[in-house]
Amino acid sequence: MRVPLSWLREYVDLPAGVTGRELAAKLIRAGLEVETVEQLGADLKGPLVVGEVLSIEELTGFKKPIRHCFVNVGDANGTGEPQEIVCGARNFAVGDKVVVVLPGAVLPGPFPIAARQTYGHTSAGMICSARELGMGDDHDGIIVLPSHYEPGTDAIELLELVDEVLDIAVTPDRGYCLSMRGVAREAAAAYGLPLADPALLDVPPANSYGYLVKVADPAGCDRFVARTVVGIDPAAQSPIWLQRRLQKMHVRPISLTVDITNYVMLEVGQPLHAYDKSRVDGPIQVRRAEAGEVLTTLDGQKRELSAEDLLICDNSGPIGLAGVMGGASTEILDPVVDQETGAVVGSTEVIIEAAHFDPVAIARAAKRHKLPSEASKRFERGVDPEASRAAAQRAVDLLVLIAGGTAEAGVTDIAAPHPVRTITIAADLPDRIAGLEYGRETVARRLQEVGCSVAGGDLLEVTPPTWRPDLTDPNDLAEEVIRLEGYDNVPARMPTVPPGQGLTPVQRMHRRVGVALAGAGYVEVHNYPFLGEAAFDGLGLAADDVRRRTVKLVNPLNDEEPALRTTLLPGLLAAVRRNIGRGNTDLALFETGLVFLPEAEQPVAPRPAVDRRPSDEEIAALNAALPHQPRRVAVALTGERLPSGWWGKGAPASWADAVEAARTVARAAGVELTVRQGQYLPWHPGRCAELLVAGTDRVVGHAGELHPRVVKALHLPERTVVAEIDLDLLTADGELQAQGPTVSSYPVATQDVALIVDAAVPAAEVEAALREGAGELLEAIRLFDVFTGEQVGEGKKSLAYALRFRATDRTLTADEASAAREAAVAAALASTGAVLRGA
Amino acid sequence: MSAPNKSYDPVEVEALKPEEVERARDEAVAAFAAATSLDELKQAKVAHTGDRSALSLANREIGALPPHAKAAAGKLIGQARGAVNQALAKRQTELEAERDARVLVEEAVDVTLPYDRAPRGARHPLTTLAERIEDTFVAMGYSIASGPEVEAEWLNFDALNLGPDHPARSMQDTFFVAAADGSPDSGLVMRTQTSPVQIRSMLEKQPPLYAVSVGRVYRTDELDATHTPVFRQVEGIAVDEGITFGDLKGTIELLVSKLIGDELELRWRPSYFPFTEPSAEVDLQCFVCRGASVGNPDAPCRTCSSEGWIELGGCGVVNPRVLVASGVDPERYSGFAFGLGLERILMNRHNVADMRDMVEGDVRFTLPFGMEI
Repeated sequence: MRVPLSWLREYVDLPAGVTGRELAAKLIRAGLEVETVEQLGADLKGPLVVGEVLSIEELTGFKKPIRHCFVNVGDANGTGEPQEIVCGARNFAVGDKVVVVLPGAVLPGPFPIAARQTYGHTSAGMICSARELGMGDDHDGIIVLPSHYEPGTDAIELLELVDEVLDIAVTPDRGYCLSMRGVAREAAAAYGLPLADPALLDVPPANSYGYLVKVADPAGCDRFVARTVVGIDPAAQSPIWLQRRLQKMHVRPISLTVDITNYVMLEVGQPLHAYDKSRVDGPIQVRRAEAGEVLTTLDGQKRELSAEDLLICDNSGPIGLAGVMGGASTEILDPVVDQETGAVVGSTEVIIEAAHFDPVAIARAAKRHKLPSEASKRFERGVDPEASRAAAQRAVDLLVLIAGGTAEAGVTDIAAPHPVRTITIAADLPDRIAGLEYGRETVARRLQEVGCSVAGGDLLEVTPPTWRPDLTDPNDLAEEVIRLEGYDNVPARMPTVPPGQGLTPVQRMHRRVGVALAGAGYVEVHNYPFLGEAAFDGLGLAADDVRRRTVKLVNPLNDEEPALRTTLLPGLLAAVRRNIGRGNTDLALFETGLVFLPEAEQPVAPRPAVDRRPSDEEIAALNAALPHQPRRVAVALTGERLPSGWWGKGAPASWADAVEAARTVARAAGVELTVRQGQYLPWHPGRCAELLVAGTDRVVGHAGELHPRVVKALHLPERTVVAEIDLDLLTADGELQAQGPTVSSYPVATQDVALIVDAAVPAAEVEAALREGAGELLEAIRLFDVFTGEQVGEGKKSLAYALRFRATDRTLTADEASAAREAAVAAALASTGAVLRGA
Repeated sequence: MSAPNKSYDPVEVEALKPEEVERARDEAVAAFAAATSLDELKQAKVAHTGDRSALSLANREIGALPPHAKAAAGKLIGQARGAVNQALAKRQTELEAERDARVLVEEAVDVTLPYDRAPRGARHPLTTLAERIEDTFVAMGYSIASGPEVEAEWLNFDALNLGPDHPARSMQDTFFVAAADGSPDSGLVMRTQTSPVQIRSMLEKQPPLYAVSVGRVYRTDELDATHTPVFRQVEGIAVDEGITFGDLKGTIELLVSKLIGDELELRWRPSYFPFTEPSAEVDLQCFVCRGASVGNPDAPCRTCSSEGWIELGGCGVVNPRVLVASGVDPERYSGFAFGLGLERILMNRHNVADMRDMVEGDVRFTLPFGMEI
């Protein structure tokens, strides 16, 4: 809602010195979101005056037609002589009154004006267009003024070019502030000044000879006021003040009748519609649409109507989508000059509709037809049903005053009975909500200021004003009191919070995982969860891969990415590519976040009532409708994991780094992983580790090198490696509580063993067998070499282990250590077919 | 060595003559002093203290002396050997020190060589900022709550007093989730706010309830310098007996003071959220211009668009209707709730000019934030 300060002053007698910014600050503190304060004409400087065109000489021989004019500007130029001006516009004639800017003036831009030589003549000033004066962007033509203005009159004042305009973003509860009347009420309260309410008008009572209206749906339309005005002069134009006010509201002046209905809507907040009475066929009816009905709205769109649409109809059918937009068939005609007679023809008699419609019906219709209009915006948020009569009267008055019309005596006013809404509120409720003492007097006074009538003592009986349908609950009234008393004046204090439990084990685990990965050199990224089929194609997933079963958005930002991720990898790999594109080539990235895993059949979420707690069954149904949303962590590495430098060669990121990252994550979670060979896209079939929680067969993720095809498809560096782990599964066993170990101070006995096994035998199995066989004297085992080559034979590999033996109660003898080693070797031979190297 | 002989006159044994012993001693001391390296000293040591050295040979003669002469000769030789060993040890220490000094100089390295072999990592500043906020509230006694990002419409809207036709519902540009059959009526949305976590917390536990939740929320905004369709909110709720708007103000002021400091002013202005009544928006004085850009076209401020204030977020007293839908008795309990934008706090607190940096995952953006902010 735009609010010109000059217009506002008509209803509130603000002190002369009050600036737009000061007013804005006050309104902001009262809860109106003033977004900007525009300074119209701030850089404008005269002389800018009315001129009368005395002569026009058409200059030829230039690229475009040019006019050389003499203009009478009275004494404004100091000499009284005609002003010589060269002009490129053509929409004016000799004798027209125009707006002339003289040398020395500055137009908005700023554009200083000086006399200059052009097209072989002196041009001492300019004949101005609306755009040049910053009046509006809608037309380039020269302003032609009504003929009664005297040459030399100051046009800055005449055209009200200097003003301040507040632009307010009105919240949905404050529908009344979509009018000058509503904002003026807030301004009056903010300054403690009386309000001159523009809706307080003398209105003749309803009678039986007004235009015939039948309301078939009183629930959809609880008020319908109709007035008729005849004998309107189609040649009458909107006066400058009216055009200027509309322009400042960013409403384009169209024709006098339409301008008046727009003006009254902006002033009072009541959307009006004007029908050309001669084009309306019989009585007006308000009803819901019937199947198959269509309506051409005045934007020229032919619209198929829904049975829910509330319509204005006549004998011919629909003539308007109630509260949203009128129909083309009864539209006020734009005045045009009849070529034969030279007379201006247009609508001469109108029906003014000032109605009140059900906010929900209007909201739905505007949404359904994608037609948010100035009218629907107001009806949705609530229009004062008691202002309908005044608004209609105001329009009638202006049509009579400006358009030369005659008001017909008939007054139609159909009103469904309106129950009086009274809210009972404890007088100290605002005190209890704010935490300070206002007292009953202040509470009552503030409520009266917003238009409530207040009765009662400790319990107040409050009747909100008709323009505040948002005031329904005691808390709504309390807010009015507290906001007008000022939020700044509520003293801050702290609640007494009972002792807390701190973070939960899972929350602490999530933090540890992040810290551990960052400590290991990984950089955290956050990616959007949106993706499309292309992402899965890039990962090489089969058509029936369960990861292609996604949650889909109805209205995605990008049609190529309509789904939610089922794996973190596409987003993470895109971040890898983005970094590489920017020259960051050695990367170790990680991300934690939710993935979205729907069931094949997902039930629709219920919508329980809100006047009570939902039942446990309803809560269970709400949760059952949600897709599974586990938290995952993923890493991706490429380039050098350890950099090369003056110290020597570094190490490229390898599949083993991905597995190590997985172990880092698991260890941070307090879980040990076992690893086995996996086969899972998008990983390399020979370089994929399947990760399990140790001692279980629960797979929690995968780690290793990406499949070369995937690397190619996704334009990643060769041998890019990734891991992805489900953190929810890692935590499923709960927090492990470590037990203090017995630290033996007896000496260690170290024994090495090298075993030859088939290349296909996993090292993890050999190690497990050695551990098993070595028994409890084994303190640690470490694989220190893997060797393949002729010496060990084709298809074989040699694994060299260092075994550390130690007892807790004695120094081991060489025989004891050897016996343990032999037992370990024997177990490995038995279970993996290993052969002792050198044996 | 001479055989013991009682008639033998010890004074006549050449090697034991005092002047001979002194000479041998002095020669040894001089040889040690003359040694310029540990090797030379070692040779001198062999020559003057070894089995064949003069003093060793003289020492052996003592055995052959008559008993009455042994003591004096032993004393003589012992003193000489003591002096020799002392000189040897002294010189040994000197030469070792010299060697050490030389070798350590030779072993010196350029310690200014860059050593950055361990790759550096960092956590995303939005993560660590969230943790800092959580910690502030945990210290007050709050618990940390969380909820799903694909959420039931009932929890995201209805239970928060945003009925199906509420005009505010279209204000939040919602991503709607399609049903399994592709129809738009799944009853699910991407949560537009963290407020559904309030409802979940209340459904789970009766008051007193003090909880904070930080999480991702979704709106259909295009990504630009100041908007992102996926952003983070920190949501707080307190429901207890006698909770007031004043408690809300105190809590937010404390948070801002811990997070940003005390220098900047806060502005409380009435606003509208269906789930709080009264509702407020909290603005922080612009940390760049501190209001100096307002109405001053010569010194515009890009950070606050010359408004002087930066919006922190919305808050208010929990609407009793929300308490009812969550199974909390509004006659007995009242509460406050707030929701602040994490990205904006990060921008203000750490001078991040462009929100895209938080989204794109460029390691150069994240690394400087380290492990904690």
